[in-house]
Amino acid sequence: MEIFLQQMINGLTLGSVYAIVALGYTMVYGIIQLINFAHGEVVMIGAMIALSVISALAGAHTGLAPVLIVLAGAACAIPVCMGVGYAMERVAYRPLRGAPRLAPLITAIGISIILQNVALMIWSRAPISFPQVMANPVFEVGGAHISAVQIAIILTSIAMMGGLTVLVYRTRLGIAMRATSENHQIAGLMGINVNKVIAFTFIVGAGLGAVAGVMVGTYYGVAHYTMGALLGMKAFAAAVLGGIGNLAGAMLGGILLGVVEALGAGYIGELTDLCRYPWLADMLAENCAQNQHFILFGSNYQDVFAFFVLIAVLVFRPSGLLGERVGDRA
Amino acid sequence: MIEALAQMRRHPAALWVAVVLVAAALLVLPFVLASVGTAWVRITNLAILFIFLSLGLNIVVGFAGLLDLGYIAFYAVGAYTYALLASPHFGLHLPFWIILPIGAALACLFGVLLGAPTLKLRGDYLAIVTLGFGEIVRIFLNNLSQPVNLTNGPQGVTLIDPFTIGHFSFARGETFLGLTFSGPIKYYYLLMLVLLAVIVINVRLEDSRIGRAWIAIREDEVAAQAMGINTRNIKLLAFAMGASFGGIAGGMFSAMQGFISPESFVLVESIMVVSMVVLGGMGNIGGVVIGALLLSFVPEVLRYTVEPVQRAVFGRMLIEPEVIRMLLFGLALVLMMLYRPAGIWPSKTRKREFAEQD
Repeated sequence: MEIFLQQMINGLTLGSVYAIVALGYTMVYGIIQLINFAHGEVVMIGAMIALSVISALAGAHTGLAPVLIVLAGAACAIPVCMGVGYAMERVAYRPLRGAPRLAPLITAIGISIILQNVALMIWSRAPISFPQVMANPVFEVGGAHISAVQIAIILTSIAMMGGLTVLVYRTRLGIAMRATSENHQIAGLMGINVNKVIAFTFIVGAGLGAVAGVMVGTYYGVAHYTMGALLGMKAFAAAVLGGIGNLAGAMLGGILLGVVEALGAGYIGELTDLCRYPWLADMLAENCAQNQHFILFGSNYQDVFAFFVLIAVLVFRPSGLLGERVGDRA
Repeated sequence: MIEALAQMRRHPAALWVAVVLVAAALLVLPFVLASVGTAWVRITNLAILFIFLSLGLNIVVGFAGLLDLGYIAFYAVGAYTYALLASPHFGLHLPFWIILPIGAALACLFGVLLGAPTLKLRGDYLAIVTLGFGEIVRIFLNNLSQPVNLTNGPQGVTLIDPFTIGHFSFARGETFLGLTFSGPIKYYYLLMLVLLAVIVINVRLEDSRIGRAWIAIREDEVAAQAMGINTRNIKLLAFAMGASFGGIAGGMFSAMQGFISPESFVLVESIMVVSMVVLGGMGNIGGVVIGALLLSFVPEVLRYTVEPVQRAVFGRMLIEPEVIRMLLFGLALVLMMLYRPAGIWPSKTRKREFAEQD
């Protein structure tokens, strides 16, 4: 039971990060039906910048409060990522808006290779580690542990989701975004500057990505130039799980995926320990007596779950949990 | 170049002379390369393998228009099949003409398993799912050393048997008619033969009923369906066929290198093969061959030039050649799509398709 609670807490933390990244995918997809492959790299850049700034400030003994240092890191990462997001849209996607679908997908891959290698050039191959700027008190809840950083991540992501919902459903800009996602041409006729709205969507998505980057960086304590690819893929799986193009879906999908992953990693070793099953234990008697365990798949398979979730969703409910429409044209 | 080819078609005699000249050049090539250094023969062999892979991927991406970003996984399946069935790891030493078909069949099976759930969806889903699949295969290869040692984990499999026919081994150097045929040179001739076969198969496929069905699906799936094409099965066929090409190439890679590890099958390799196809010209066999040759040799040339140039100009290494190589790949992908989306040497239909933007 304690393992369960602990893994739920870890899963919720991870899931809120996935949810924020998934929002970036789903917003862009909702508005121009493009999978922004390079979104994971934006998250990576956010994490790298934030950690560099935080290390620099922590090393300079400025006497700033630790929370301020972390906020300063985020404050530097967000505008840079927004700039990257805007540049990406302007250079690589806008010229290809009417082109066959394969074309923007390939530029997206190109952009993500470029971003990764630029990051490699700036920050080198070695992972950057997060300096211990602040104490990370750990609280105990029913036998499980939850750290201050975890609480902060969950609260921040709830705030971001709330803010985004207000932006999309309560402001003029949000109305323009939704109108554009319905139909570009008619939105244009209604006096909406479609190009601006699309660029803005990319900027918001990238900003969210930057925040997610800061959260992952602080949570794991390291950032590395290759961290974006896997994170991006998992977040995309989360977006598909919730129903791509649907904001609430991305949030739900992200959190669900985080929980599935954490619980999976927590229990897969136990479940695939063949010595637990009497009829198999007889066959493996020698092994079981010697090592006590015969674990087929251990927690090192954690990264595989997102992928199986993705496949399962595509097979059984391609529109996702909350999505209604799904294109079927290549 | 294209004009030159078109002109040659009008003069059959000139065409034959050209063919004979090219064939002679290709026959002599390994000895010329060997005189520069055996490393260059090996590089050429790897380049031929990459042509092989790109032609396989071209069936999927170029003909059928399905973006597969985990293609290297099928290569890995073929390579590991060969490695496990012909190495001291399990003590099995089956001959290659049994293993290569097994590898191809396994890769094909994986292709179908992966394609079946995703092919009825939109193309970009396929891209991400295949990307994920590539990563998953690598994770499994890395971890399947516990509890039963299947793949030997990150250490990889060593001492893989080379191709042998009777007592003729492709790894041993031999002197024949006063010429020294080293291992790599023997493999070069074998690879050339196989490559020729693969190119012929591809050309024939393109003009076949199946090939035309693929192209029809790529151009307009709904229209293709209306013409009575079973789009799902035909797409699945493209996927399976591309995968089995990858499987065969993987087996040959295994035998040539004698050692494989999960490190050889990372995402970057998949992206490299995609870049080759895109750069050369999706759907055009000649273009794909050129793309593969370019992207195989340019990095090697860079490796030998970038370092000395940087040392001469800046006095030290500022940017690693590997980074420059990847940056060039990325830039090439973006710029190609923006300015010449049909590739260096585009196929005619593809060019038309990219030209009409609605």
